[in-house]
This record gives sequence, C-alpha cells and structure tokens, in this order.
Amino acid sequence: MTSALTILTTLPIAGALTTITLGSRNKTTPRWIALAFSLATLALTLILWHTFDPTSTAMQFQQRHLWIAPLNIEYRTGIDGLSLLMLLLSAIVTPIAIVASWHISDRTNLYFALILLLQSCLFGTFTTLNFIPFFLFWELSLIPAFFLIHLWGGPNRPRAATQFLVYTMVGSIAMLLTFLALFLATHTFDLTDLATLAQHNQLLPAVFAKLASPHITTNHIALLLFAGAFLGFAVKVPLFPFHTWLPSAYAEAPTGATILLTGAMSKMGLYGLLRILLPIFAPQMQSVLTPLLWLSLASILFSAYAALAQTDLKRIFAYSSINHLGYCLLAIFAIAKSTNPTLLPEKYAAMNGLFLQTFNHALTAATLFLFIALLERRSNGLRSLDDFGGLRKAIPIFTGLMGIALFSSLGLPGLNGFPGEFLLFKGTFPLTPAFTSLATLGLLITAIFILGILQRVFSGPLNPTWSTMPDLTTYERLALAPLIILIFALGLYPQLILRTINTTAMHLIQTISN
Amino acid sequence: MPSIIPYLWLIPALPILAAGIIALLKQRHRALAATLAISSIAASLILSLCAFAQTLAHPAIATYNFPWLQFGDQWLSLGWMLDPLTAIMLVMVTFVGLLIFIYSIGYMAHDENFTRFFCFLALFAGAMLGVLISNSLLLLFMCWEIVGLTSYLLIGFWYANPRAAAAAKKAFLTTRIGDLGLLVGMVWLYAQSGTLLFYNHGAGCLESSSLSALTTHTTILGLTISSAIAILIFCGAAGKSGQFPLHVWLPDAMEGPTPVSALIHAATMVAAGVFLIARCYPLFAAGASHTIALEVVTWTGAITALLGALIAVAQYDIKRILAYSTISQLGYMMIGLGIGGPSVGIFHLITHAFFKALLFLGAGSLIHGCSGEQDIRRMGGLGKHMPITFAAYTAGMLALCGFPLFSGFWSKDAILHAAHLWSISQAPFYIGAFAALLTAFYMTRQLYYVFAGHLRHPAIHHTTPHDPRHDLHLEPLAENPVHHPPHAPHESPAVMTIPLVILAAFAVFLGLIGTPAWPWFQSFLEGTSPSFSFAAFHEPGLLPLMLTSSLIVFLGLGLGWLLYGRKPILTADSPDPLATNAPRTFNLLTNAFHIDALYAATLLRLNAALSRLSAWLDQYLWNGIVQLISTTVIALAWIDNFLDAGILNTTFDSGCDSVSHTGDRLALIQTGRIQTYLRALSLALIALVILLLWGMKA
Repeated sequence: MTSALTILTTLPIAGALTTITLGSRNKTTPRWIALAFSLATLALTLILWHTFDPTSTAMQFQQRHLWIAPLNIEYRTGIDGLSLLMLLLSAIVTPIAIVASWHISDRTNLYFALILLLQSCLFGTFTTLNFIPFFLFWELSLIPAFFLIHLWGGPNRPRAATQFLVYTMVGSIAMLLTFLALFLATHTFDLTDLATLAQHNQLLPAVFAKLASPHITTNHIALLLFAGAFLGFAVKVPLFPFHTWLPSAYAEAPTGATILLTGAMSKMGLYGLLRILLPIFAPQMQSVLTPLLWLSLASILFSAYAALAQTDLKRIFAYSSINHLGYCLLAIFAIAKSTNPTLLPEKYAAMNGLFLQTFNHALTAATLFLFIALLERRSNGLRSLDDFGGLRKAIPIFTGLMGIALFSSLGLPGLNGFPGEFLLFKGTFPLTPAFTSLATLGLLITAIFILGILQRVFSGPLNPTWSTMPDLTTYERLALAPLIILIFALGLYPQLILRTINTTAMHLIQTISN
Repeated sequence: MPSIIPYLWLIPALPILAAGIIALLKQRHRALAATLAISSIAASLILSLCAFAQTLAHPAIATYNFPWLQFGDQWLSLGWMLDPLTAIMLVMVTFVGLLIFIYSIGYMAHDENFTRFFCFLALFAGAMLGVLISNSLLLLFMCWEIVGLTSYLLIGFWYANPRAAAAAKKAFLTTRIGDLGLLVGMVWLYAQSGTLLFYNHGAGCLESSSLSALTTHTTILGLTISSAIAILIFCGAAGKSGQFPLHVWLPDAMEGPTPVSALIHAATMVAAGVFLIARCYPLFAAGASHTIALEVVTWTGAITALLGALIAVAQYDIKRILAYSTISQLGYMMIGLGIGGPSVGIFHLITHAFFKALLFLGAGSLIHGCSGEQDIRRMGGLGKHMPITFAAYTAGMLALCGFPLFSGFWSKDAILHAAHLWSISQAPFYIGAFAALLTAFYMTRQLYYVFAGHLRHPAIHHTTPHDPRHDLHLEPLAENPVHHPPHAPHESPAVMTIPLVILAAFAVFLGLIGTPAWPWFQSFLEGTSPSFSFAAFHEPGLLPLMLTSSLIVFLGLGLGWLLYGRKPILTADSPDPLATNAPRTFNLLTNAFHIDALYAATLLRLNAALSRLSAWLDQYLWNGIVQLISTTVIALAWIDNFLDAGILNTTFDSGCDSVSHTGDRLALIQTGRIQTYLRALSLALIALVILLLWGMKA
C-alpha cells in the first residue's frame, strides 16, 4: 500500500501517454481512453477513501525516498483528510471536464493528454509532503493549463493564457523564495519538519540567525517570508485583489479546462494555505489579520457585484467562484484570528464548513460549467444572457437539472451547498461577528444573479432562434445523473464528507492554536 | 395507543416523496400525478388528525431528535416535535391543502404543465409541513427556504409570461433579504445557547436555562441578547409574511395560478412567519412582560395592517385586492402575537386561512367563469350566473369583515380586545379598528363591483361596438395565457365548487371554537382545560368592545353601499366614485404609496450602481495596476537577462541553449510571445537560485 499514492499520481500520466500516441487523426478513441483512465483513477481514489482511517491524525499511505541527497530533498508522500478531500474532488472533476470536452475535434489526442497530465499534477500537489516535489507539481500544472487555454480557448486566448501564466508564476516565485530562505536556515524542505520547528518556535530564530541584517528588523523578515508564501497561494485561490487573471482565463479557456481550473486548481491555493502556510506562519498571519479579513470580504462582495454586471455565463460563474472561495478564505482568517480557547468548537465548525464548502464548490461549479458546455454546443458557442430567452419551453429537462445546480450554487437547503455554508457561518460568526454579518450580503447578491440567469435565459417568451434546440440526450443524462444525485446526497447527508475530514480539521486547528 | 411521535416525519415526507415521483413522470401522466399528490396529502391529513388526537390527550411537548452532522467533538442535531401549536397547524395546512389540491384539478385542467404543477404543490406541502414539525431552528430554516423555492416556482409557473418570471424573482429575493436576518439571528442564537433545538429535555434554546442566559446579557442600544436575536428572527418572519417594508412581493405574487395564491399566498406560507414567531415566542417574550422584540412585532404589524387595508381600497384587480387584504390581515396577526401572545395571533391565523382561501378560490372560480378576466370593472352581475360561488364568496367576505358571529369576528375581536388592554399605547387598537372599517368598506366595494348590476365585460357583452381596452389604457389582465376564448359566464364545475362550500362552512362557524364563552382554542394552545361559561361576556369592557367593533363593521358596509351599491356601476370605464371624490388620494392608494417606485429609485439603483462600479474597478483599476506591475517586472526581467547574460556569459551558455531550444520547440505548436516571458522568467529564477546557493556557502 505504500506506493498507492504514487500509482494514483502516475495513472493519469499513463493515460496521457496512451492518448498522445494515438495520433491526431483519430478523434473518438482519445476521448474514450481519457474517460476510461479518469474513471479508473476515480475508482482508485474511492478505494483509497474506503481504506483511509478517518480517526487517525497521522499521515497515511506514507512513502519516503531520498531524492537529491546534497539538498536533503525527499520524495515523500502521505495524505490526511484534507489531502484526501482534494484527491476526491480532483478525481470527480476530471471526468466532468472530459465529458464537457467531448466535442473537441482539433488535436483531440493532445487535448485529452493535457487534461490527464493536469490531473497528475494535481494529485502530485495534493500528496507530496516535501516542498520541492510539491512545488514541481504545482508549477508543472501550469503547463497543461497554459496550453489548454492557449490552443483551444476563445478569441482572446493568447492574452488570457499569458496573463494566467505570468500572474501565477509571480506568486510561485515569491513562494519559492520564502522556502529557499527557510531551507537556508534549516536545511530541510520537509513540510512536516518545518511545521514542527515553527510550532516549537525554532524556525524563525534560525532564519533570523542566518539572514540577520542591520537594515531590517526580524519582524519584517518574518512578515516578508509570510507574504512571499501567502502571495503564491492567494493568487491561486484567488484572493482579491490578486484575482484579475481569473475572469478572462476562465472565460477564454475551453469549458472543459475551466472546469479543472475552478474545480481543482483553485483548490490548490486553499490546500496550500491550510497545509503549508497556516502551520508554519500562523503568528505572522495573525499580525495582519484585519487587512486580510477586509480582503476576504472584498473578495466576497466585489466579486458578487461584478458577477451581477456580467452577461457572459462563464464570466458570471468565474466571479461567482471568487465569491464562493472568498467564504473559505474568510473562514481561514477567522480561524487564525481568535486565540480564545472557549471558541475552539466554533473553529472546528468553521474548518469543517470550509472543507465542505471547498468540496461543494468544486462539485457545483464543475456541474454548472458542464451545463454551460452543453448549452454552448447547442448554441454554436453563444453563451450571453441576452442570446437566449424562454429556453425552458424548448429544453425542459435541461432547465430542470441546471436549475438544481443553480440553486445548489445559491445555497438552497437540501442541496450540497447549504450544509457547508451554514457550518462556515456558524463557526465564523462568533469568531468575527461583524465580518460574517457583512459577508451574508454576498448570499443575497449571489441569489440576484442566479435568479437573473433563470429569468433571462430560461423564462419569458421562447426566442424563436432556439425553438428546435434539442433537450438532453440519453448519454448526457447518464453523465449528469451521478452529479445531480451527489448534489442531493451531500445536501441531505453531509456526514458522507464530514466523517472523513473531521479528525483532520481538529488536528489542524490544534496545531495552529498551540 | 402507540405514540405517533417516531412517525411524525411521515407527514412532510409523504408529499415530498410524491413530488419526487411526479418529477420523474412524463407530462402526459396527468391523472397519476394528481392522484399521487392528492393521496399523499390526504394521508398526511389522516396522520395529522392522529397527531391532533394525541395532543388532545397529552398536550405536553413531545420531541424526537437525531444527530445530523459533526464538527469537532460536537454533533449538530435536528429533530421534530409535537405540541398543540404544531398539531392545529398540521391539521389546518393538510385540510386546506387537500381542498385546494382537489380544486386545482378543475382549475388547471387545461394547462399543459398540469403534472409539473402538482409536483410543485406537493413539494410545497411537504416543506410547509416540515416547517411546522421542526424542533430545530435550523431544520425549520431549511424547510422554510424550500417553501420559498416552491413559492418561486409556482409564482413563475407560467414562465413564458415575463411578468410572472419577474414576480417570482422579486418574491424570492425580497423574502431572502429577511432570511439573511434570520440566518444571522440563527447563528447568533447557536453561538449563545450552543444548540438550535427548540426543546431537548431542558437543554433546548427555548427552555428556561438557555433563555435566562440570553436575557442576562445586553448588547447595543441596551437590547438584551434575546431581544436582539428575536428581532433578527422577526426579519425572516416579516419577509415571509409580507410585513412592511418587505411586503412588496406579495401583490406581484398574484401572477401565479389562483390555487397557488389561495394555498401559499393566503392560507399557509405567508402565515409561516406568524407561526415562526409563535414557535419562538418564549424567546421573544423572554425576560420581561413587554420586550422590545414584541413591541417591534406589534408596531410593524400595526403599520402593515393599516397600509394593506388602505391600498386595498383603490385596487381593481380582484386578486390584488385580496393580496393587500392578506397583507393587512397578516399585520393583524402580528399585532395579536405582539400583544396577546400566540393563542390570539394563531387563532386569527387559523380563521383567516379558511376564509381567505375561500375568497381566493372564489376569485379563481370567478376568473375561470369570466374567461380569465381579473379586473373587477369588467365583471358585474355575476351573482346571477354563478350562484354557488356568489353565496360562498359572500360568506368569506363577511367572515373577513368580521361580521358578528362569523369566524373572523371572534378572532379579530380577540386581537382588538388585547390591543385595548395594552398598557404601552392605544394606537394599535385605533389602527386596528380603523383597518377593520376599511376592510368592510373595500370588501363591500368589491362585492358590488363583481356581483351586482349587469356584466360589463366588453368581449362577452356583445353590444359593445369596439374594444374599450384601448380607451381605458388598461393592461390586459388575463391570468392564464391558455384560457379559451371568451364565452358567457358560467358556474364552475363541482370539483371547484364543493371545496368552496366546505370552506364556506368553516368560514362561518369556525370562530365558535374560540369565543370568550368557550375559549377552547386558546386553552388548547396554552395546554389548559377550557370551561364553558357565558359569564365571560360580562368581563368589563368586553361587550361594549364587541358592540363597537360590530358598529364599525356596519359602518364600513354602509359606506360601501353608499358609494357603490346605491347607484349601480354602468360601464367598465365609468370612474370609481371614490376616485371622483378624492382623485389624488385614490391615485396614491392605487399606486400603493409608490413604494415600489421608491425602491426602484433607491435600492435597486444603488445595487445596479454598485455592480457597475465593481465591474469597472475590476476591469480598469485593479487590472490596470496589475498590468503596470507586470510590465515593470517584464522590463526588469529583460534588464536582468541582459546583465546576467553579459556578466555570466560563459557559465550560462549551456543553460541558455537548452532553454531556447525548448522555446523553439514550443514555438512550433503555439503562436504567442509567451516563450520570451518564459525565457526571461526562467533566467531570473536560475539567477536567484544561484545567488541563494552562494549565500548558503558563505
């Protein structure tokens, strides 16, 4: 079992290699091969989930090899509830992305190979416990994402792809610098070791000893190191105002790639914040919490309002993604804020809520973008709010199922979005009442633009252009059915996810609070 | 007798299950859909009656709680409960619901989405019943939101009509504004009392230990925490129950099919807000005899009661008159809750549910009989054509007016009586009395317009040479776009009139369960045993009050007759007598005090401006700053590249070669200039690594 995670990471690569060797003339086989590999990966992940011990706080399925001896770099893997959650959502999102890309006919083999490669990078990021392999996977994921946008994207793809790449690279370099500095002082890249050092208050003194300079105070050094690592993750999530790459990247990317960007890649940022930043830099984060809380509030409200002003469906949900992940960031900052031990249960609630929200956002956003892909296929690429009208008459089943996904995004109880959102608010309110109360306004604005979509696209008199638009085919219904069932299942029985992550959430908070 | 408590969940679950099955049916399975929906609610009615019987025997609160989700070492539990309040509401909702379901078979017979209609109705019934049995504010909130969803779906049922779609959206969003308050109140309550279960063997949030903790702390403005939380919860109730200033969605909600207006927007859902306050009454009343929370409820109710009644005077759409009347009556219920407590407020809720459902179904029958016409100016003389509807409607109208001995009389008098005894202010009493006068007046006006004289409908009245709609500049008010072409008015089929007759019987007699002589209803809710005694009428002030309120009703009826009954209204375009006497006031009332226009000019504008501002800032300011930084960085990277390549030329040759080779190969499959950035960035990166390694050695 020790190599289970490595097998999981390499399986999509194997799929990518198989697909790429097929040659570009074959259109159908690469799709099926990619789908088969992604489903096999999903099955493996589910088995992993089944064997995972949710009561243990230790890293499981560990594997350890010395890789670059002089620099003390190890290839070390292992997962806890948080990593497993990320693996699950990546494994679920990838087949959705593949189904959403079914119509891609230009260099089909390369396209699907890149999708699978991206999945591998995600898996690598979420399972490695040493900074260098983590960082390699983290950076490597940009390459398939970049080419997916650049080669198959919309009319403004070169600009969007470049912006996406450069932006996230700037963040990454800042993060790399921080970890190089830590390495200079401690001679280790191991994330667990670094966290342990930090908790015993040995990390920063070591850094100060190494980097002492009369021109800069130790406090500032610590803050700079924190800022470097923070920037890398904040760009990825993204946190306002580091989000400007996102709307155009999401809008211009082929919808299949958008699904991976929003469903899984945005979670890399959250994962990094929780796995790496908080355990190592919690005190530094606490010293700048008020501005960070304001930024998360700005993420929530500005992006919701910006979504309201958009007409392109993909841009609406791009901004909506920033909004939804803004709640997660609010929860992270709220958890870091309070040191009052009586509020520990509230932190558990906030952390569990944030985990649930992360998973649910992946599921809902991926489903919504899949619907947009299906709509684009029926409208020859049109996807503006003003292009349609009254579609419910022509495509009632499509409307009904997309309506479920839309209401899940709005946080309707009974669907998956609600339990996470509630737990998150339940936890953050006592931790930071004012910010949480203001953040609830985001729920209202979200409702405005979601109902606006239902009104402008699906209600009113049917636009005669679309009077013969075909409803969902049997294949499409089959592809959607598991997602819709999952949306209901998690809404009614959130324990399905919570029981896997609860121990990890508690452990994480205890680590930070010490 | 075995306890029904463990099976109580079946009451909401059966209709929800039926809704789920109907959702999977094809549109053509109409009979099956209707059968499923009706039999599920009938089964729920039977179970509700069993529950009712059980509370008659054991009025104590019974609960059933279960863990739902886990955070840290705690579990969040949900649960259901049975007490007299739940029992009486369950019976009312399932009974009225069953009648309206049956009525809908006739009313929606020609609709192509008949199946979908019953799916939504059943889902609504299930969620509403869930609200009633919840023993947890969270579970109540969840069902509450689903009720809101079904209301949205049913208001927008004729989705092809843009006004219906807009009204549905407005309803959902307006109530969601209130729900945000409810959400914040809920998480606050959770944080303070550590549970959202109402009752849990002494540990629930409505039980004394929790309440006393909530009343000992004060927050801003000297409010106790319990009052602050209660006011936040009241925000949710105000949204759902159409209280000022969140009442604006309810008149527009009349775009939905009339059975929906009757069930959801008159009898049950809009009363959910009143129910919520009655359920959380211990929280509202915690600590003092007159809490600020209850005062807020009372004053909001008083304003709403007056506002709704005033606006109803000057409306022409038969359903909008009833909608404003509902708003006004909901205000009444709030006064009753705020001053007299749950038994007073809920008594009016129950009687109102019956007579208002009757009035709406009657209106539906009239609209159905008049080929979809909703404007009372184009009705008239319908008493002759539709005698059963006429009789039933009159009974409902008299009950609403509070005509002596009809059901509304008793429940309204209980509220006025309580208001009269309120020590804080007499204003709610006078407002209530004036609203009662207005109610009698506008219902008389409506009655004369609809039933007296002769038919004024241009399309049906063949002597009219041209369509006067153009002359009147009236909006077409046809309710259902698929209604058949106009034909002579006719009585509705039995499937529609029988529910009317049953509801009429309740509208007349239901008040007898809560008279001062035999206050069975009040005792039942309070868990005491009622006593029968005519001596109760001799309580000081009671009989004079009843006499006064009867006189007020007669005055209202008389005024209505004076203006509308004495001289028959001749044509559809003859001006309203009140409009000729006081045109400006009338106009103000017709436009509902321009509150909608005010919101459009302020809140909606602000919202649109904020949204444009956010998008603009995003596109230009933030993005501009980022572009600037990135340009600078790229420029620096180029300089860096130049210097490094110049200074460290020899060391870097091989590295550069490999990078540019890769770049060349990449260039084959792409078109942009990205390789230049890549090269610059990788060079910068390599330089940094080297520098740092140097530092390490040193």
